[in-house]
Amino acid sequence: MTLQHETTAPTDAPQPRRPPRLDWRDHAIYIGFVVVFLLFAVTLGDDGFLTGSNLLNIVRQTAVIAVMAVAGTLVIAAAQIDLSIGSVAGLSSVVTAMTLSATGNLLVGVLAGVGVGLLVGVINGGLVAYARIPSFLVTLAMLGIAGGVAQWISGFQPIPILDRTFTMIFGSGDFGPIPSLLLWAVVVVAIGVVVMNKTAFGRQILATGGNPVAATFSGVRVQRITFAVLVISSVVAAIAGMLYAGRLQSGRFQWGTGDELSVIAAVVLGGTSLFGGTGRVLGSVVGALFVGLINNGLILAGLDVSQQIIIQGVIIIIAVALTRKR
Amino acid sequence: MNTSAAVRMSGIRKSFGDVEVLKGVDLEVHRGEVHALLGGNGAGKSTLMKILRGVHRPDAGSVELDGVAVDLRSPADATAGGVGMVFQEFSLVPSLTVAQNMHLGREHRTRGLLDDRRMRRDSAEVLDRMGVELDPRAVVGDLPVGYRQLVEIAKALSHQARILVLDEPTASLPYSEVERLFALVQRLAAQNIAVIYISHRMAEITRVADRMSVIRDGRRVLCDDVAAVSPERVAEAIVGREILHLAEAPTREPVPTDTPTVLSVRDLRAGSRVQAVSFDLARGEILGLAGLIGSGRTELAHCLFGVDRPDRGTMALDGRAYRPAAPGDAIAAGVMLLPESRAQQGLVLEHTIGQNMLLPSLRRLGRGPLVDDERGRALCDDLVARLQIRGATGRIPVSRLSGGNQQKVALAKWLALRDTGLSPRVLILDEPTAGVDIATKTDIMHLVRELADTGTGVVLISSELEELLAVADRVLVLRSGCVTADLARSDIPDEESLQLAIQGA
Repeated sequence: MTLQHETTAPTDAPQPRRPPRLDWRDHAIYIGFVVVFLLFAVTLGDDGFLTGSNLLNIVRQTAVIAVMAVAGTLVIAAAQIDLSIGSVAGLSSVVTAMTLSATGNLLVGVLAGVGVGLLVGVINGGLVAYARIPSFLVTLAMLGIAGGVAQWISGFQPIPILDRTFTMIFGSGDFGPIPSLLLWAVVVVAIGVVVMNKTAFGRQILATGGNPVAATFSGVRVQRITFAVLVISSVVAAIAGMLYAGRLQSGRFQWGTGDELSVIAAVVLGGTSLFGGTGRVLGSVVGALFVGLINNGLILAGLDVSQQIIIQGVIIIIAVALTRKR
Repeated sequence: MNTSAAVRMSGIRKSFGDVEVLKGVDLEVHRGEVHALLGGNGAGKSTLMKILRGVHRPDAGSVELDGVAVDLRSPADATAGGVGMVFQEFSLVPSLTVAQNMHLGREHRTRGLLDDRRMRRDSAEVLDRMGVELDPRAVVGDLPVGYRQLVEIAKALSHQARILVLDEPTASLPYSEVERLFALVQRLAAQNIAVIYISHRMAEITRVADRMSVIRDGRRVLCDDVAAVSPERVAEAIVGREILHLAEAPTREPVPTDTPTVLSVRDLRAGSRVQAVSFDLARGEILGLAGLIGSGRTELAHCLFGVDRPDRGTMALDGRAYRPAAPGDAIAAGVMLLPESRAQQGLVLEHTIGQNMLLPSLRRLGRGPLVDDERGRALCDDLVARLQIRGATGRIPVSRLSGGNQQKVALAKWLALRDTGLSPRVLILDEPTAGVDIATKTDIMHLVRELADTGTGVVLISSELEELLAVADRVLVLRSGCVTADLARSDIPDEESLQLAIQGA
């Protein structure tokens, strides 16, 4: 089918012939990461910043946040938010530890942990997608509920995990030369990148976040997409909780506390718009590494935790202000 | 007699990047004159008006207001110079009152506190001068759309505007309020205000304007008294070539009576807007849906497309029960809709042409669970070329396209789906040519005809009777949610008789 004549009118806005030039802001997190890394390498080189064990340390500390940030990218790309992930991680670590000590069965323990994520995710997703309550409110409430349940059933006590296989797989051990934590992170990130960029589901998430009405009118099942991203977010948070449990060889309600903020910071630093419609999984991972890098550098520089938090906040504001468009 | 024009723009040039949008445009508008400004999408008229409003600065050329050369560096300069503009997108704060909106940013104060009484009095005065009955204390968000536009105009006038630019003022107005707008425009002209009136609708211009200028491709190509030029000449000036008259396009053979029915609707009711609608749509038939705003046409379309669920009644597609619970079901069954609002319902504006175009087809572009991007890109490039969407590449955001090109992208979503193997059984178009230039209108109507020729049943909702008469095989008239007439094209002698049927005279 072709048209019988030529349209001569140019469009209102100036039209570049070629695709628009690359915007440095889209890659600011990569630039920032390299700059800060070099800065620390020069100034903190004598304090052991560049040693292999320190770099591995950064990766280890960042890995769990990076895992959660992958799911967080999907959630934020769909123009939703999940504030409950930190609590879900804590609850999952407690439930897994309790199940392991009660049954002694690795598989049952893992399933219990994942089940926690699935249950919370279904509740979150159902209330947001089908009852149409804003995700901010639902997941804020769930932050309290999941955290409270974790405290209640554990009696505020850490629950030791003696199952060596579990701790080896989830965070303590190594697969050959590679720490298992790193392997988890790489696998989750790889899956996230493919889902976001290469699948119909990923594109539909972006459309849902960009304009839910237009997405609906294009045949996208917007409610299902919203439900799905919130379930994924919770399940991934539950896995993150098991990684904490494995690495620290115990389940405790405090594991993951406050992680929702680190994850949101990582995702936004990575270039995903808080308003939905864009999603950069790799950017989020680098965002997570960036935050971890800064914490590490500040520790080596001799700053204490309170000062770290202050500087982290300042850096996030500066970074977001610099990369904001228009 | 002082003959200096209220506005004199001379030799205005403006480029954005490598693209020269205005190539030396002149425009004079006198006091008390209604001057129509016409041109296709992207002809440069918006840019010209933004220069007059101080949004852009010209690269060359001069602007004189009442004979005095001015340098408009900002919208505030333009306001101070007496230039007021009412854009298509309204710039009012819905939660504030009429008076608060009219004084936004320049509130009257006494001893640091707002002087609400004075602002209300001032507002009432301006509204009175416009002949509009409206309480300045009314909250804008509660007003019907037509009144919001009047508030916009009042806002401009309360800034002492002597030059008023109206950008497509009737585009969002219900039919009943268009007359009132025309009366207001003439009243303002009588008060010695220079009105620049941008519109695509020729009928309006002959009604309301004294003089007209046509901009094409960054140049003024016609400037004359409205009474002195024929509509054909104006259309030609806008398009720049012999216009393809829709009415002169080869008349369609009426669909044979034994053509199988594709969509059958019986006693459909939904909410208060769709009362008891029944009709059959044959394969390859173009069914026009005429009616006033609020007659239930869009609501009917939403039932057919699964956006809303009917309360009662049945629908059948190819003889089988059809009950879509969501647009996804409708699309899977082959029923597609080009929605009324392309910005809100049709497109994700920040996403690229390609992302938008392929959104319904993603699952069909699969290689296993993954999307075959190469195939998607080829499909998109092909459609961009076939539909002649300016921008030349699928990778620019839709928000950067003009209205007509955006509409083509919205339509291309269903063509992409067809190219991936899901042909539309029924295509519903809701006001497909609203705010679209003549060339694109013709393009869209050709596409509709071609789709019908391949067997798609088309439901065409339009307020432009000329368009309905040009392409429809049959016209249903809807009034208050009921079908009040079912007319074969051959039974409608002219626009007037259709208009009468619509208004129920």
